[in-house]
Amino acid sequence: MAGIASGPLVVLDEGLSFWGGFDPVDGVVIDRSHPQRGVSLSGKVVFMPHGRGSSSSSSVLAEAMRLGTAPAGIVLGEPDSILVIGSLVARWLYGVACPIYVGCAGELGRGHVELGTT
Amino acid sequence: MYLTEDEKAMLGGEAGEAIRIAMDLLVEAAAAMDAPRLLEISGAHIDGCLYHGRAGLDFATALATAGGRVVVPTTLNVSSLDLLHPELYRGDRGEAEASRQLMTAYEDMGCRPTWTCAPYQLPERPGFGEQVAWGESNAIVFANSVLGARTNRYGDFLDICCALTGRAPATGLHTDAGRRATLVLDIEVPEAWKDDDLLYVAVGLALGQIAGTEVALIEGLDGRAGEDRLKALGAAAASSGAVGMFHVSNVTPEAETFGGEPDRRVRVTGRELIATLRSLAGDGQLGAVSLGTPHASAAEIEELAILCAGRRAKVPFFVNTGRDVAARVSESLETLREFGSTIVTDTCTYLTPILGQVEGVVMTNSGKWAYYAPANIGVDVAFGNTKDCVESAVVGEIVNTGLLG
Repeated sequence: MAGIASGPLVVLDEGLSFWGGFDPVDGVVIDRSHPQRGVSLSGKVVFMPHGRGSSSSSSVLAEAMRLGTAPAGIVLGEPDSILVIGSLVARWLYGVACPIYVGCAGELGRGHVELGTT
Repeated sequence: MYLTEDEKAMLGGEAGEAIRIAMDLLVEAAAAMDAPRLLEISGAHIDGCLYHGRAGLDFATALATAGGRVVVPTTLNVSSLDLLHPELYRGDRGEAEASRQLMTAYEDMGCRPTWTCAPYQLPERPGFGEQVAWGESNAIVFANSVLGARTNRYGDFLDICCALTGRAPATGLHTDAGRRATLVLDIEVPEAWKDDDLLYVAVGLALGQIAGTEVALIEGLDGRAGEDRLKALGAAAASSGAVGMFHVSNVTPEAETFGGEPDRRVRVTGRELIATLRSLAGDGQLGAVSLGTPHASAAEIEELAILCAGRRAKVPFFVNTGRDVAARVSESLETLREFGSTIVTDTCTYLTPILGQVEGVVMTNSGKWAYYAPANIGVDVAFGNTKDCVESAVVGEIVNTGLLG
């Protein structure tokens, strides 16, 4: 989905279920078994190898976007419609953006990544 | 993307504002999924009725206010509230009120108030080859793998967009190509574990970790993998990974059709299975027991009632099930109540404040519960098969005769 995001890069070593794994109130990873537990994703460009877990992750991403705690953008190694629809709905409801780009880890050499249209 | 004349009309607002909004979002999501077109569905299961904050309520209210009505039979997932046992809820009243408003918005759109995460236990579950749009990760994996119905992993919001338009993106697990196994999981099952429920939980957790989003063919399990064990396996795999479908050799309906010619093979030893279970388990005294995640089936409740009959639990003991199943097994539920069990319907003990303050670890037979409960409700977990969970509750401390013994 279209959009430009910029921010410090956070590379997640494993997929993250936003529902049950991310707290939309403070923007931090809370999944106890995730390698990046405790890391803040707010305002970051987050690389995630693939989606994970709950289909409620759409709601959690949308809620985080409403609250202003969401990542600036997400780069997914594999397509994941669950996060895409969360971002689309928050954009429609509140006019806020969290572009999601499906790319691959090899493209991410620098601390900042420009996200284009898929 | 190719759209039919009907679909173009929906997008143009000719079928009303709610359908225009739903079609607009659906088409954009479908484009992001590289779907060449949409396909017609015959049913939907909505996960969006579980409250996660204002955004979900704003969305459902907007669609309902715009006159949204589902055009296919649509069931509803668990919510945050147990409407049959409202006294169990110990959470914030304001949040309870918002949860109730969200549930009402989905009912107003014509969805059936089934309030279960196991819609495949309802009499009208989809048949083999049927195209549906389901939310709820465990239900998705069960529909594809065990029923042979076809759905992608639909998140909140996209599920209701599909139900309002009767369409879904024609890609992924809706297509033959998307259902082909790309991976074989070769399970080493020690003889003593062949009939242990926890085997299926451990295989599911390992499957999710190894497969991620891939479709795997599992080898090494046998005819003892009935529906309830496949439910437990799929729910665990959809928690530790993003698994939307798996095949089990000689067990699931499409294993022969789509199980051939995988790209890679991974061997999982018994030792690794045990380590997978232990990685989610904490230590401590037994504080409570929670069973029925995903919602217990009628067969599971009847089996549990036999184990519990004439005995008494020393610690709080919870069983989650759907209201439809509960109505079918009321006698067995009475036996469970005499045992000291609290019966929870419409929601689940890891979603919402029901357990209260627990002194010690919570024992469960569910990989999904073990995966999410620590972060959601702040408890530590111990695993046991159903029988060991009952024995532990009776003696008041953790008993493991099975896989972890």
